[in-house]
Amino acid sequence: MDCRVVLAQVEPTLGNVSANLEVHLREIRAAIEAKADIIVFPELSLTGYFLRDQTSEVALALDSGALQEIADFSGRISIAVGFAERGRDGRVYNAMAWYEDGELLELHRKVHLVHYGMFDEARDFAPGERFRAFESKHGRFGLLICEDMWHVGSSWVHFLSNVDALFVASAGPARGVTEDETGLRSMHVWNKIHDTLALLYQTWIVYVNRVGSEDGILFGGGSRVVDPHGRETVAIAGFDPGRVTAHLDSDVLRRARVSTPLRRDEKPWIIARELTRLASGGQPQ
Amino acid sequence: MNRLDIQPQLVEDILVRFLRAEAGKFGFTKALLGLSGGVDSAVSCALAARAFGPKNVLAVMMPYKTSNPDSEGDARQVVTALGVESRKVDISKTVDGYFDTVDVADKIRRGNVMARARMIVLYDLSVEWRGLVIGTSNKTEILLGYSTQFGDAASALNPLGDLYKHQVYQLARHLKLPSSVVDKAPSADLFQGQTDEAELGFTYAEADKLLELMVDQRYSPEDLLAEGFDESFVTKVARRIALNQYKRLPPVIAKLSERTVNHDFRYLRSWGH
Repeated sequence: MDCRVVLAQVEPTLGNVSANLEVHLREIRAAIEAKADIIVFPELSLTGYFLRDQTSEVALALDSGALQEIADFSGRISIAVGFAERGRDGRVYNAMAWYEDGELLELHRKVHLVHYGMFDEARDFAPGERFRAFESKHGRFGLLICEDMWHVGSSWVHFLSNVDALFVASAGPARGVTEDETGLRSMHVWNKIHDTLALLYQTWIVYVNRVGSEDGILFGGGSRVVDPHGRETVAIAGFDPGRVTAHLDSDVLRRARVSTPLRRDEKPWIIARELTRLASGGQPQ
Repeated sequence: MNRLDIQPQLVEDILVRFLRAEAGKFGFTKALLGLSGGVDSAVSCALAARAFGPKNVLAVMMPYKTSNPDSEGDARQVVTALGVESRKVDISKTVDGYFDTVDVADKIRRGNVMARARMIVLYDLSVEWRGLVIGTSNKTEILLGYSTQFGDAASALNPLGDLYKHQVYQLARHLKLPSSVVDKAPSADLFQGQTDEAELGFTYAEADKLLELMVDQRYSPEDLLAEGFDESFVTKVARRIALNQYKRLPPVIAKLSERTVNHDFRYLRSWGH
């Protein structure tokens, strides 16, 4: 795996798929021009975030024209895009699709819908049921959407699946402005999570957050890439739309895994045994 | 360090962005607000001036004949300091016209009439000015319900609604607002000698400290007593918060159909924009 990834920190318009599609196509063309291999968009990038009753109105079936237009560009660059997906059975998912060579290569449906505090996703979306790594021509990857990352099991499964990089799409609000830290508390927390998990899972983490404002809630941006040592390599500062290119380097990955072979020494069968016991109602001891 | 202390530059950046983005969605590039001479409206005015440019902000001074003349003087200092457009609309005739028709002795009612007369002026001028009405209610006031519904509480966009009074002061100093505005005792100036703290029966500093723990940190009444707060103070504030919830919400609609506005017809204001 050696590839150039563009993080497209865009500002989706709520519920306006055609306007958002234009922005996506513009970003994709620019990334192709810059000879990037992959472009990643934030969570629900084609539809906007606080959709509420608009969710089912703007949800896109996988054979929709908007997604087909994106797919058509994927012969020249691999594309990860976020949208409300209308499933065949009428359920709507908070989804992230990976298009490559004109095809839908992987579809991740957000498992950990967030429905507390300011969030109400479980009311509007059905949850996904799986975490699967997939083989892109650029490497072995895993997709996660925002809250998925807050549950360590999600990325742990990808770690066990030997991914080279995790791609995390997010619609993370900006909040926490008191003086105990410099900058937004919400961004510090995210950065801590990326840095820690990249270090523990020895994987590249590509985090793409959106910007813009929906009824007074500002999305925090702060898209960034962290290397398998837990160190930031590129980032977009501030709350403006922007793009940055990262180089995901397999040599860095290899060296990190040689110096500290955490994956080699992981013992998932023990964890599986313990999980079976806990999941079947066994008491923690 | 006060745990309520904010990073003022970060807050300024966010609020300027908020005003520009939320007004811009609806095609507005101008704003107006009532400028009282107090710290809250001065901060809102300064933020609006930064968001839209001073010449696109109309500060409206709306004294009643019993208003403290110093208030207008302080408001004029803010106008000069920020370079915003301004206009004075004396509400005495409007308000007295009503008082001539309906005899109102109660100070609270009289104050409410004045606050609502100012709302009428702002919403009328907003059409002529082609701007949105910017709110000036802070989080302390909103939680305590210390405002007039459909009066000073009415606005299209409120940049101060998530800032406690202490934080508004911090922002005011950061924005270098005139010291006469920042340092004076907060007053609704609805009748002579009125101050917020005398009327509330506690200081903003006390209220802010309690509210932050109660609301933001979700402390239970027991937790608050353990923190050393006086029980009657905690009860009084908790009661004010609950009693005034109606001021924070749109009118209650009786549900009859399968889909009812505000119950299960859920769209953001940004819907379609």
